[in-house]
Amino acid sequence: MTGGALLAGPEPALGMEGAAAHVARLGPLPGLERRLIGVLDRSELRGRGGASFPVGAKWQSIAQRSRGTAVVLANGAEGEALSGKDRLLMESRPHLVIDGAFLAARAVKAGEVIFYIGEDLGHAEETMRRALAERGDAPARVRLLAAPARYVAGEESAAVHCANEGVALPVTTPPRPYERGVGGHPTLVQNVETLAHVGLIARFGDAWFRDLGRDSAAGTALVTVSSGKPDRTVLEVALGSSVGDAVDAAGRSVGGVGAILLGGFFGGWVAAAEAWRLPLDSVALRATGRSLGCGVLGLLDNDECGVRVTARIAGYLAEQSAQQCGPCVFGLRAIAEALHRIAACRPQSHDAARVLSWAIEVRGRGACRHPDGAAGMVLSAFQVFDSEVTRHTQRLSCSMPPPVPGATRWTW
Amino acid sequence: MDVVTLQFDRIRCDGHGLCAELLPEMIRLDEWGYPIMEPGPVPEELLPHARQAVAKCPVLAIRMLVAKERR
Amino acid sequence: MNSQVLWYTTRAAGVVSLILFTAVVILGQLARLRVASASWPRFLSADLHRNLSLLSLVFLAIHIVTAVVDPFTSLGIAPVLVPFSSAYRRFWLGLGTLALEITLALVITSLLRTRVGLRAWRLIHWLAYAAWPIAVLHGLGTGTDALSAWSLGVTIVCVVAVIAVTLWRLIAAPSDPLSGARRLAVERHRTIPQ
Repeated sequence: MTGGALLAGPEPALGMEGAAAHVARLGPLPGLERRLIGVLDRSELRGRGGASFPVGAKWQSIAQRSRGTAVVLANGAEGEALSGKDRLLMESRPHLVIDGAFLAARAVKAGEVIFYIGEDLGHAEETMRRALAERGDAPARVRLLAAPARYVAGEESAAVHCANEGVALPVTTPPRPYERGVGGHPTLVQNVETLAHVGLIARFGDAWFRDLGRDSAAGTALVTVSSGKPDRTVLEVALGSSVGDAVDAAGRSVGGVGAILLGGFFGGWVAAAEAWRLPLDSVALRATGRSLGCGVLGLLDNDECGVRVTARIAGYLAEQSAQQCGPCVFGLRAIAEALHRIAACRPQSHDAARVLSWAIEVRGRGACRHPDGAAGMVLSAFQVFDSEVTRHTQRLSCSMPPPVPGATRWTW
Repeated sequence: MDVVTLQFDRIRCDGHGLCAELLPEMIRLDEWGYPIMEPGPVPEELLPHARQAVAKCPVLAIRMLVAKERR
Repeated sequence: MNSQVLWYTTRAAGVVSLILFTAVVILGQLARLRVASASWPRFLSADLHRNLSLLSLVFLAIHIVTAVVDPFTSLGIAPVLVPFSSAYRRFWLGLGTLALEITLALVITSLLRTRVGLRAWRLIHWLAYAAWPIAVLHGLGTGTDALSAWSLGVTIVCVVAVIAVTLWRLIAAPSDPLSGARRLAVERHRTIPQ
């Protein structure tokens, strides 16, 4: 399962694949311009940043608005705390990412390409800089932009605002970036993994990409199997394969897992028994009310308390808010405080009921989707850890052993 | 017939609460003073009140969107 | 219409105008301070502020017209629009013209607020803090009985009220509950210059 397409070639742990090796292994980059958009449509490639929007359609909406001044923003912020795929790609396959970005710039007729790279992603920025220096085929002005190490920094409008004003805070939409973005121009914000796939599709074709998937799903994707640092495995899976397959391939035993956080902090909890059969396919998951998100599979062991972990995540999400909208700031804070009380088996009366109503009430009332993501995660916790919540609030005890001080599970 | 909806700029909104006083049929405040809007279009008989809510917001955080209904 | 009647009317309309203008300034501060209760909804401060300012314009108009028409002052139209251009009490009357022009700017931008945009409206509205004291000084310097007991009394009450409410506004917490958090968040989300 590993090394299917993006991670084919030398072991990623060996570091950056340089320009010469990259071209020797994959061949030169084809000179597709606008024709690439049709290829991407047929490939059924969807965005890997979390929204899973069809890539061909997205490029088309920018291409038709561009008058040579569009902007391509390669989003390598990787704000999702448990995810490691974008960093891995940028550190080991920077030329694939750059291929995709330059192809995008030609397809939509862009005047500028921005590489937006998380400032906390180890060597990613340095590797991308070196790779760019090795190339002479930039179709437009290129600049690197450091994404602050904050959860919302990778949000589409925050990335654009960072390029414009130097501050990565989401702004009110409309207008969305594809209408008016960097410098007021139509802007294509695309995750770096998506761009890497484009680099391969341009060479090997849409049929090749579709065939990599299983059943009706097309292509491959990178997923991160993790329960926090330092424990994190990034692997490439055929879309359509199951969660159980991915966890197996990551070398984890499915036996010891109680629940999975599917899609990271922005996703939702699923009981292990149900999770194993779920397909890693954003369209199929969405039909059941779930989300693949950026491909994080968070593993909760059988002897870990889901309520405690949920409380910590809720606290983190509240603190990471951009602090611009009242419902998000006050709502997420109230949810986190109540969850911490419940997790510590010292709830106030009605804490559980109030968390549920706050979570339901906060959705859709922020400028961005941050409160929606947090609310979704919390609501899923109340479903999956229902009996544990009841035990904490009514019996004032936890069925799991107390957390070991200094333990490294579920930290980030 | 026009379909009229209200849209909030959640970043500009400071929780002044005049909108909920002027259009209580469709807007109420959460416990921190921020508006919760009934989903759906504004009924015709409430349009004058909706216009007041838009005009009187101290920070102009509400917009009225008019979509022409297609036949 | 004899000059006496005109003069009394000018004087009276000017005083009423000042009292209304003072109420408008105070109501504006109360709105900013989010003063509200069960019997005083938020929109009341905003609506009274708006309606009283329009009413004060009516009395301002009476004040100006009767002053221009009064043969004693022989003003002509020009000093109404051009500050410091009258022969009669040039400086103090000029202040009145200045206050009038700022007030017109305030009212027009407020009536067209959605078209003018929040930022421009806010910038011009700050001039209200200039217009009101200028109007007070105009009243003290132009009226022939400005220092009579009743006139001084009214002026002092207005000034004390505005100073009190302004002090309250200055020491009160910012009305945006997120103001501190926002500033911190901006710093945390800044990019590193390349």
